Amino acid sequence: MSSLLSLAIWIPIFGALVVFAAGNDKKLARWAALAVAIVGFLVTLPLYFNFDVTQAGMQFVEQRPWIPRFNIEYLLGVDGISMLFILLNSFITIIVIIAGWEVIEDKVAQYMGAFLIMSGLMNGIFSSLDAVLFYVFFEASLIPMYIIIGIWGGPNRVYAAFKFFLYTLLGSLLMLIALIWLFLQSGGSFNLLEWHQLRIDMAPQILLFLAFLVAFAVKVPMWPVHTWLPDAHVEAPTGGSVVLAAIMLKLGAYGFLRFSLPIAPDASQYLAPLMITLSLIAVIYIGFVALVQADMKKLIAYSSISHMGFVTLGFFIFNQLGVEGALVQMISHGFISAAMFLCVGVMYDRMHSRQIADYGGVVNTMPKFAGFMVLFAMANSGLPATSGFVGEFMVILGAVKYNFWIGFLAATTLILGAAYTLWMVKRVIFGAVANSHVAELSDINSREFLFLALLALCVLAMGLYPYPFTDVMHASVDNLLKHVAVSKL
Amino acid sequence: MKTLYLLVPLAPLFGAIIAGLFGKAIGRAGAHIVTILGVTISLLASLIIFKDVMAGNVFNGDLYTWLESGGLKFAIGFLIDPLTAVMMLVVTFVSLMVHIYTIGYMAHDEENWPDDSLARTNSYQRFFSYISLFTFSMLMLVMSNNFVQLFFGWEAVGLVSYLLIGFWSTRPTAIYANLKAFLVNRVGDFGFLLGIGLVAAYAGSLDYATVFGKAQQLATMTEATTGWPLITAICIGLFIGAMGKSAQFPLHVWLPDSMEGPTPISALIHAATMVTAGIFMVSRMSPLFELSDTALSFIIVIGAITTLFMALVAIVQTDIKRVVAYSTLSQLGYMTMALGASAYSVAIFHLMTHAFFKAVLFLGAGSVIIAMHHEQDMRKMGGLRKYLPITYATVLIGAIANAGLPPFAGFFSKDSIIMAVQASQIPGAGFAYVCALAAVFIGGLYSFRLVFFAFHGKERFREAAHDAHHGHDDHGHHGGTHEPHESPKVVTVPLILLSIPAISAGWLIGSFLYGNWFGDAIYINTVAHPAMAQLKEGFHGIFGMMAHGVVTLPFWLALSGAATAWFLYVKRPDLPAVIRAKMALPVKILENKYGLDQFNEWFFAGGARGVGHGLWKAGDQTIIDGVMVNGSARLVGWFASVVRLIQSGHIYQYAFSMIIGVFVLLTLWMNRA
Repeated sequence: MSSLLSLAIWIPIFGALVVFAAGNDKKLARWAALAVAIVGFLVTLPLYFNFDVTQAGMQFVEQRPWIPRFNIEYLLGVDGISMLFILLNSFITIIVIIAGWEVIEDKVAQYMGAFLIMSGLMNGIFSSLDAVLFYVFFEASLIPMYIIIGIWGGPNRVYAAFKFFLYTLLGSLLMLIALIWLFLQSGGSFNLLEWHQLRIDMAPQILLFLAFLVAFAVKVPMWPVHTWLPDAHVEAPTGGSVVLAAIMLKLGAYGFLRFSLPIAPDASQYLAPLMITLSLIAVIYIGFVALVQADMKKLIAYSSISHMGFVTLGFFIFNQLGVEGALVQMISHGFISAAMFLCVGVMYDRMHSRQIADYGGVVNTMPKFAGFMVLFAMANSGLPATSGFVGEFMVILGAVKYNFWIGFLAATTLILGAAYTLWMVKRVIFGAVANSHVAELSDINSREFLFLALLALCVLAMGLYPYPFTDVMHASVDNLLKHVAVSKL
Repeated sequence: MKTLYLLVPLAPLFGAIIAGLFGKAIGRAGAHIVTILGVTISLLASLIIFKDVMAGNVFNGDLYTWLESGGLKFAIGFLIDPLTAVMMLVVTFVSLMVHIYTIGYMAHDEENWPDDSLARTNSYQRFFSYISLFTFSMLMLVMSNNFVQLFFGWEAVGLVSYLLIGFWSTRPTAIYANLKAFLVNRVGDFGFLLGIGLVAAYAGSLDYATVFGKAQQLATMTEATTGWPLITAICIGLFIGAMGKSAQFPLHVWLPDSMEGPTPISALIHAATMVTAGIFMVSRMSPLFELSDTALSFIIVIGAITTLFMALVAIVQTDIKRVVAYSTLSQLGYMTMALGASAYSVAIFHLMTHAFFKAVLFLGAGSVIIAMHHEQDMRKMGGLRKYLPITYATVLIGAIANAGLPPFAGFFSKDSIIMAVQASQIPGAGFAYVCALAAVFIGGLYSFRLVFFAFHGKERFREAAHDAHHGHDDHGHHGGTHEPHESPKVVTVPLILLSIPAISAGWLIGSFLYGNWFGDAIYINTVAHPAMAQLKEGFHGIFGMMAHGVVTLPFWLALSGAATAWFLYVKRPDLPAVIRAKMALPVKILENKYGLDQFNEWFFAGGARGVGHGLWKAGDQTIIDGVMVNGSARLVGWFASVVRLIQSGHIYQYAFSMIIGVFVLLTLWMNRA
């Protein structure tokens, strides 16, 4: 039995202890955190390279009794749907550590440690196959995020954190009820894979679906439970925004694939029109809202919501192009949103403003940075040869196949996405130097160059050759779609 | 051979990467050497491939699988047939000329930037990197054997166009124009992508050969959700993409503004190559378009409107580049009409001749602009032929070709288009024929107006030098009269080299149009669309065509257009002002370009912002946050007071102990029985 997944979860969490031990030695804390993050990433690599692409089921399974009285197990495993997110998460952790290097001067060890703990918890979420284990990780992951926003956040952080809390609370409770119901229904099992085989009537299926929907829709976030996200992003420090956008938003979407679709396939089919409608509202409505934002972080936050609309759309058109496109979109959005928030962070560190109106002509003083920013903006607009294109393209093709008008509405993102992203670039990056603050800007240093270049490589590699990413998904996605197509009534 | 195919796009890409990333290290000379070398290799390889294709060797194969999903295989691969081979030659030849020309045109580019801008330091190298990157993208587009790579190239040329229109990024007009160009093109791409989506959904493949093989089958189907005839939906979707890229009415609005970019790219991208991508694409898709008369009708009407109405605008323009830009729009309209008339080979023929003579006109205009120290207003020129003899001669050649007078290249291609439209049975062809004829007269008028206005008559630049007012493109040559002088050799040699095919490319008409030259690359449903077959019957060699040409209407229309220009700008230069005053309203409409820019700015740009604000304020802030979230506002206040207490800085300890604690407690408590 391999223990790779356990390592991926616990190395960052216990590594955080080492980092805490560094105390006030900032330098030691940074290097220790980086070392932990890199080791944490390296142990996830065999997950990809030893992954058997022909297998639809779980791999790298670890199964130990945890609380035998309730049949709760320490059960881990990944399939083609979840595996890539563990790699993405561990990779982004490295980026976040580097990005916070000189920027965070206050409570360095705690900052680094919080991100490492969060990274481990996220890996736990993506690999848990026991519902209680999943729930514990899922809820626990909120704590470090609250703390990151609460300590290193902006002036209005309490409001933002609370808004997030309010939204999440209801969803978490409903999910817990759903889990207990399933436990009883299954005759005393918390094993997700066993739940997938459970026969359930239509009415309880719909209730289950709705309970999960509330929990997951907030995380994604789907319209209309999305308004916490722009506030949270604005108040979060750059690293917090990166993890929030790149990883945390994916948890909700992942939940749909792991819980809603396989456990309640009939309800999923029945409620698909609702889900598609909400997704399209996210794509279009939010696209328009993003257009008029004056704060760069808010703009990117809205852009995230719009892009996540493509993810949920892809899931609920129930074809392989749609689901795989959605998964690709999730990973790509992990790179691009991380990069966009880091770009804003780079400028914020210098200017202490996120207002578009305070900028203009940044290319004249920061040409290297401008190059990166334009690249990521293009990726955000879904330009081919960047990762941003692949997922959108697949979902649009899938949607046109499913229903022309849905494809038609989804494809408006081509125009809207380019409009809000490039209009911002025009006002921030291009033009003559707008004011004396912009005139004094210094271009990115080698540390900033490093993390932007790493992300740029990912964005381009995935855009030019997405095959290795989808190759690992096929078997599991195919299996899921077949599963969803069979009624459980 | 496959290595050679790869070399064609990769050589310019290599140059682009070196010049772009290591511009500082290799310096200016290094940048232009490496990129020119890349494009030269590409041109030579294209020549060898062209010969090989002429010998009957057609290649269709994949390089690698980009993606596989849902039973669809998306590959990157090449289709090398006569259509591709022609495009490769046109692209690499014009690109090479433009590369060389750029050495002269951008020699003093630092003057175009503010002194303290860091973006100016490598602007020369960056420019070369961009135009080489463009060449790579355009080659990938034309060499593609599938829809995905086509779309890749399609968007990539759009990206480079965006970067180059906004090259002088400190100018507000430039960065307005490039955003506009990108977004208008995205509107076209919207249709294009839906067309591709329908192909993928119903043909189950995005590979040209497979899709074309199923064309007849697609023609009998209806789109399931909409009930539309499938083939028409596909073709109109694809053509909307072409309308964006090839600047057809009403998506043409970006092209005149794109003149904000440096002139070499106006010649390369916005005249000779990129804007013809739509024409190329429709020709490539002829097996699909031939099956939808509705789509062909739509195409011919759009082409006709573009041809006539854009030509009219060209008459009132005073900026030398904008005259050429509107003339490009009009010529693209001709090509589109040819597509609608099922005369795909004629469209490609005009695409080729136009690439040469329009490149000459643009680069010639650029040479004038250099000589005038970045003055583009023709009202401040006049009498330049004495000072710029080579430029004058080449621009004259370009103008004659553009007006379509024999024996220059434009005559053969444009006359063939008019004949094809006349012969076409497609609904709308009659309207198109009238527009085409009217545009011939106007084409003669605006082409020669440019020549006479800028190069003949009074030397107005002397007065202009005394004016305090300078053109928008001015960059610091204040005061003093500069005698204009001929541009350096790097500028004039490409002009001369391009003039040769601008004169002679039309003589290839016999083999090009009537010698089954394109083979299987272009499919025509000859039963339903006999225009080309009729043209072939009426063709008796180039001399026959010229002899016939001079007794038909188009020739006399073009000539009278030229004569009118001569009368107005040489014989009676006082008249234009009088006409302008007498016809104030039509002139105003033309000067406002039919008000389309204002309408788009108000309706689409303003409308989108209005909708965005409305949804944000009313939806997000009032309804969702106001009612749903902050309904519990007091709760927030209470919670905030609690949270404030725990911002001690030691919270991390709680976090860690909580997480571990949850695990430990759960384990102990639950297992205690």
